[in-house]
Amino acid sequence: MTPAPSSSEALRAPLVVEFPFTRSLGPVQSDFLTGLRERTVLGVRTTDGRVLVPPVEYDPVTAAELRDLVEVAPTGTVTTWAWNPSPSRGQPLDTPFAWVLVRLDGADTALLHALDAPGPEAVRTGMRVRIRWAERRTGAITDIACFTPDGDAAAPAAGPAPHSGEFTEPVRGIVAPARLDYTYAPGRAQTRFLAALAGRRTVGERCPSCRKVYVPPRGACPTCGVATAEQVEVGPHGTVTTFCIVNIKAKNLDIEVPYVYAHIALDGAGLALHGRIAGIPYDQVRMGLRVTPVWTEDGRYPDHYRPTGEPDADYDTYKELL
Amino acid sequence: MREVAIVAFAQSDHRPDTSDVSEVEMLMPVLRRVLDDVGLTAGEIGFTCSGSSDYLAGRAFSFTMALDGVGAWPPISESHVEMDGAWALHEAWTKLLTGEADTALVYSYGKSSPGDLREVLTRQLDPYYLAPLWPDSVSLAALQAQALIDAGETDERALAGVAHRSRTAAEANPHAQLSGSAAPGPLLDTPYLVRPLRRHDCPPIGDGAAAVVLAAGDTARGLCPRPAWIRGIDHRVEPHALGVRELTRSPSTRLAAERAGAFDAPVDTAELHAPFTSQEVLLRRELRLGADVRVNPSGGALAANPMMAAGLIRLGEAAAAIHRGGSDRALAHATSGPCLQQNLVAVLEGEPS
Repeated sequence: MTPAPSSSEALRAPLVVEFPFTRSLGPVQSDFLTGLRERTVLGVRTTDGRVLVPPVEYDPVTAAELRDLVEVAPTGTVTTWAWNPSPSRGQPLDTPFAWVLVRLDGADTALLHALDAPGPEAVRTGMRVRIRWAERRTGAITDIACFTPDGDAAAPAAGPAPHSGEFTEPVRGIVAPARLDYTYAPGRAQTRFLAALAGRRTVGERCPSCRKVYVPPRGACPTCGVATAEQVEVGPHGTVTTFCIVNIKAKNLDIEVPYVYAHIALDGAGLALHGRIAGIPYDQVRMGLRVTPVWTEDGRYPDHYRPTGEPDADYDTYKELL
Repeated sequence: MREVAIVAFAQSDHRPDTSDVSEVEMLMPVLRRVLDDVGLTAGEIGFTCSGSSDYLAGRAFSFTMALDGVGAWPPISESHVEMDGAWALHEAWTKLLTGEADTALVYSYGKSSPGDLREVLTRQLDPYYLAPLWPDSVSLAALQAQALIDAGETDERALAGVAHRSRTAAEANPHAQLSGSAAPGPLLDTPYLVRPLRRHDCPPIGDGAAAVVLAAGDTARGLCPRPAWIRGIDHRVEPHALGVRELTRSPSTRLAAERAGAFDAPVDTAELHAPFTSQEVLLRRELRLGADVRVNPSGGALAANPMMAAGLIRLGEAAAAIHRGGSDRALAHATSGPCLQQNLVAVLEGEPS
């Protein structure tokens, strides 16, 4: 997060959320996606005899378990379409294309995918299309690269044929990468807090109703449900209200164990924040210990807190902050 | 059965970008207004229920920060739905029916500005067959619009008419993000966004919040001169596979309306949550709304569509029309998911004055 030029201008920073979701497949989904890998499109027959493509595990009407697989054609008819002039990241084609719902020959329902067509004039509901297979296929819906126009070709006369769904090395799961890009903005109260922190000052905010000072502030008093606005500089000294001794080394953290992590009530604050205690043997840290922040050269927040040498705080002075 | 009414409604001004405030900072003034309207403090509310989505914020449990704005400590009786606030209202209505609470605060909010909303919404789709293709929300709505056009249910000129009427109505709505519109003819001269939809067929993307207070029986009468009584409310969902659905129909809306009693007597006003112009066409038919019904006098979702709040706002706007004597019997509708996937219908009535 970059420091704001003034505390009135809200901070913002990029935030990327990215997960490779690993998902297991039900037996019907497994057969369908394995089939795509083998350039075979499978549907499932419902209780009332309809063929669903893409297939589902349970009947959408009766909720009965479905297992009766059939093979449908790689050709079909567009049931509706939409022209996408500016494809975005992750979509099947990176040149303008039509989204289409396609009812494959032999199926009673439609499958969503992309149609590679030169322009919207070349697309219409009812047009015949054919699957273009991806060159590298892994057992995923993207094994269908897209659809392509199929001219005047008529639908095959034969209906869907029964299929065992058996393939060698069936696909049992998919890994679906997902990435979303955000611009995070922490809002007024946290911007004020971070702007002050850049000047090595800790500034909380006071509730106008109960007078409690929140550090760090989040803009609202959770007890009274009102906005906090009055800024109050707290610390720099504070009192250890409680602590623990950490014996497990954290990954990517260059701190020798054991060390002490503590709740610290900065002077004037209405609640404790947490931080590491150093500059004292770990087994001598105690409740009531008076501490002050230690900053490193380029630190945006205190690296740790060290003892001030003052006498310990009396328990009554911090018991409400435990 | 207990009588439950909406007794107060407030909403934020809906804006394309609210990066100057956090979610709780955006929400708090709305909570303050709705509570002040009935003269209650947060501590006097029997039950609190909220709606929001972590995917909009890009942060897990983002709603817990917003809860600070309610004054949730010491712990209050509270719940949250990862849905539009209309569904939070349904939960609160149920809670009041049980008799465990006499009042409820319902709020919801959404900030679409931190992310790319069209991408974010792909993550709510079937993760096996749809999400890997990243089909964006406008494209999915366009597939439905084309199906309606192919079926002869509407055409691009009629859709431009919906946009024009909605955004002209929004000129009287101080909270609207978009108001005012060119005439339908000139609108048709603008380029397609995703054919057959043009920009005017789509809702504005923006940030906002809304809140209502519910109350039961005599408590409601004490808090509001003319409570908007919830005569019926129901919600229904379609199969999740788009290709299984008949996109020119909305059987879930029809069923929810039947169960809510929408067809028992005519309504004079309807607030429909139709983010896309084509969806209004579909909803009007499924809800059997005649030409004499005032549809979306607020401008509807085409004027402001803060995610997770726009449905609750429909209930709030319908209730507000009853509060001020502008309606005697109103229908409110909320939707969630692609192509009107899930639909909630409520019927609100004011007592004869």
